[in-house]
Amino acid sequence: MSIINEMKLDFLSCPANEAFARMVISAFILPLNPTLEQLGDIKTSVSEAVTNAVVHGYGEKKGTIRMRALLDDAGGLTVEVTDNGCGIRNIQQARQPFFTTMESAERSGMGFTVMESFMDDVEVHSEPGRGTTVRMSKQILAPCPAARRA
Amino acid sequence: MLTHEKKRGTMTVRLTGDLDHSTAGRIREELDELISDPGIRRLVFDLSGLTFMDSSGIGMMIGRYKAMMRRGGSIAVQPGNAQVDRLIELSGLYQIIEKLA
Repeated sequence: MSIINEMKLDFLSCPANEAFARMVISAFILPLNPTLEQLGDIKTSVSEAVTNAVVHGYGEKKGTIRMRALLDDAGGLTVEVTDNGCGIRNIQQARQPFFTTMESAERSGMGFTVMESFMDDVEVHSEPGRGTTVRMSKQILAPCPAARRA
Repeated sequence: MLTHEKKRGTMTVRLTGDLDHSTAGRIREELDELISDPGIRRLVFDLSGLTFMDSSGIGMMIGRYKAMMRRGGSIAVQPGNAQVDRLIELSGLYQIIEKLA
C-alpha cells in the first residue's frame, strides 16, 4: 500500500476553525467520490477531534492544531489531529461514552464514541502536559478492484 | 440560526446551518430565553434545516431536556438529514426524547 495524497494544515485553536477543518477534510476526500454517509461520518469525526483539541487540549489558552490527512492507493483515509495542549491523564476513561470533565458546559462526553462509531479505527496518543494525537482511519473505496466493480 | 414559533404551551424551534461547539453556546442562550416562560410545557426541536451537527448538539439537547423535565414538561425532535438522525440514535437520546416523523 502506498500513499497517493497527503496534506498538512496548521490552524489556531479557535472555535471557528472547527467548521474550517470540516470543509478542508471534505475537499480533500472529494476526488474519491465518497458517499454522503461516508462524508458525513468523516466530517463529524474530524469535528469531534478538533473540538476536543480546542475545548480540552487548549481550553482558555490558544495554540496550534495540526490536521494531517493521507489517502492510500487502496482507497483508505487516515486523519490525524494533533494538539500541544494539556494532554489526557486517563485515555481509557476519556473514551468511555458520556464521560466528561465539563458537564457544566454541557459537553455530552460523546466525542470519542462518535469517532469510534463513524470511523473504522481510532487511536489516541497522549502525554499529560505535552499534547494529544488522535489518529483515525476509514476505508472509502472498496479495497480491491474486483470489489470496487461490484 | 434559530427561528421559533409558540403555539399555546408548545415552543417549536427551527435550527438552520451548522450546530457545533462554535454555535451551540449562542443557541443555548437563545433557547433558554425562549423557554424561560413557565407556560411552555413542550419544546420541539425542528432540525430539518441543519446542514451539520456533532456531539455539541447532543450536549445542548440533553441540557434542554433536563430543563424541561424539571418543570414536568416534554421534548420532541424532528431530525431531518440522515447524519443528524444517526448521531441522535447513537447518543441514545431517542430513548428519552420523542422522535417526530
